[in-house]
Amino acid sequence: MSLASESAELASPLRGEIVHAEPSMAGVDDYLALLKPRVMSLVVFTALVGMVVAPRHLHPVLAFFALVCIAVGAGAAGALNMWYDADIDAVMTRTAARPVPAGRIQPGEALAFGLVLAGFAVTFLGLMINWLAAGLLAFTIFFYAVIYTMWLKRSTPQNIVIGGAAGAFPPMIGWAAATGGIGLESILLFLIVFFWTPPHFWALSLYSVEEYRRAGVPMLPVVAGVDETRRQILIYSILLAPVGALPWLLGYAGLAFGLIAIAGGLLMIGLSGQLYRRPEKRTAKKLFGISILYLFVLFAALLVEHWLNLHQFGLPFGRVFS
Amino acid sequence: MSMTMDEQPTDRGIVLTEEQKRRRRARSIAIALALGVFVALVYAVTLVKGPGVLVRPL
Repeated sequence: MSLASESAELASPLRGEIVHAEPSMAGVDDYLALLKPRVMSLVVFTALVGMVVAPRHLHPVLAFFALVCIAVGAGAAGALNMWYDADIDAVMTRTAARPVPAGRIQPGEALAFGLVLAGFAVTFLGLMINWLAAGLLAFTIFFYAVIYTMWLKRSTPQNIVIGGAAGAFPPMIGWAAATGGIGLESILLFLIVFFWTPPHFWALSLYSVEEYRRAGVPMLPVVAGVDETRRQILIYSILLAPVGALPWLLGYAGLAFGLIAIAGGLLMIGLSGQLYRRPEKRTAKKLFGISILYLFVLFAALLVEHWLNLHQFGLPFGRVFS
Repeated sequence: MSMTMDEQPTDRGIVLTEEQKRRRRARSIAIALALGVFVALVYAVTLVKGPGVLVRPL
């Protein structure tokens, strides 16, 4: 076959009719959904706490700008996650109505949206605030979109344990934005979110186990069974309780935070123990809800203490690290 | 054969439905608002940081 006839063959469909792309039916709310606003709100809140508890403070306008960059970066990571996970989302009831699997946004549009937002967020955080915070934000987006979404989620039941680091970085980014460095206290905030993630997500996975199995996602209850998952939830809750109280134990937070951390930690252990003894979906749902409340109250306590200057009433021996 | 000025093209191209037009308008307004907020934010940050806005220690 000659080159001329080959090109004529390739061009023939173009000669006959004009093929148009389908006009977009995406609404503004679909693009907002790509940003995972609920995850974004948690990211912004924990980043704000990291910023407030830092020993140096940004001008309010700069702090607001930094938070917007962090929020947009988190949203970009969410969009990249939805682009890559569209096949999984399509077979799970909880996620089937998301814009990409529902067909309202094309995968390429979600990818471009995520990449552009990520680029803007990292670049402007670096130019206007500092490059350490920007580097941490870039690493967080990379960790969530590539390490967690593309690799861990589909390959290991430890996906959310390691992937939980992505959700734990925002308070460190907030701290880095304010100080230009990484302090021990910001690492403690990282550890709290890191150890909080497994009991939180495994509680959710316990009442969505069939969905994850159908989607082929190797979540712990799918691979190791429900009993092992309940045992792991209890272990991580027992680890989380003292980690949650570390800011007080090391002298970075006041007595109010310490009491809230101890009470919250005991509540998490108590509920996980209840779930371990009696495997009921109701208890798993309750633990999932309480875990969100636990993290919110813990970080809110830090925030309020610093605003009211009550953190000075913490244990004194930890201050040798600061 | 070239088309003369008074000839109408036979293919009308993409004709948007009213719903598609409404959503496109909403997207356009959202982009305009986002750009406006972005410009205002950068302006405010520039005022706070002064003329050396892009001079940052690495």
